[in-house]
Amino acid sequence: MSTLTLVLLATLLLPLAVTVARMLKGPGMADRFVALDMLTGIAVAAAALTAVLTGRREFLDVGLGLAVFGFVGTTALAAFLTRKGKA
Amino acid sequence: MSIAEIAGAFFLVVGMFFIGVAALGLLRFRDALQRMHASTKAGTLGSGLSVLGAVLILAEPGATAIGLVTVAFLLLTVPIAGHLLGRAAYMSGAELSDVNKRDELKGVLEREEQPLERRGGLEEQR
Repeated sequence: MSTLTLVLLATLLLPLAVTVARMLKGPGMADRFVALDMLTGIAVAAAALTAVLTGRREFLDVGLGLAVFGFVGTTALAAFLTRKGKA
Repeated sequence: MSIAEIAGAFFLVVGMFFIGVAALGLLRFRDALQRMHASTKAGTLGSGLSVLGAVLILAEPGATAIGLVTVAFLLLTVPIAGHLLGRAAYMSGAELSDVNKRDELKGVLEREEQPLERRGGLEEQR
């Protein structure tokens, strides 16, 4: 089981690299924020995999916290993108 | 290995597959709305399935509670965040392919002429 989890964690590096590439490349602000949203999903999956790997359920709490912060962050950035240049 | 562990491992693998598909969409699609289409739907499914797989493998009451709360939270909030991001992308004038051919939101939402990074408002306010 731990071998499979390690392999899956290593596999997760590929979507992570692609998402970071999208975030660096843009081209627009909206693309970067979408990449940040995706990064949260990857982080939650990584937390779940770490919970399986170590057998400690606390890492699922970490995943929940990451999901909450990701939602708040995405919402704030969307509000920024909507209102910027209006005031 | 019990049935729950096998099912959990299957969920983990399927979750990773969907995250990979979402990343592929993020890489290959043409504009922000299309990329969001991939990242919100496939990405949520992937991370939700991963958490469910971890819950099945750990098989503890506390882990199950937190895991189910996480999945419910993801399913509730990702559509909201996606809606807000898509609305923001449209209103901020992000480049969208084919938006000049047919724009159903014209007159419904205001749309800036230029994307934010080309309007040059960021430097002035520093």
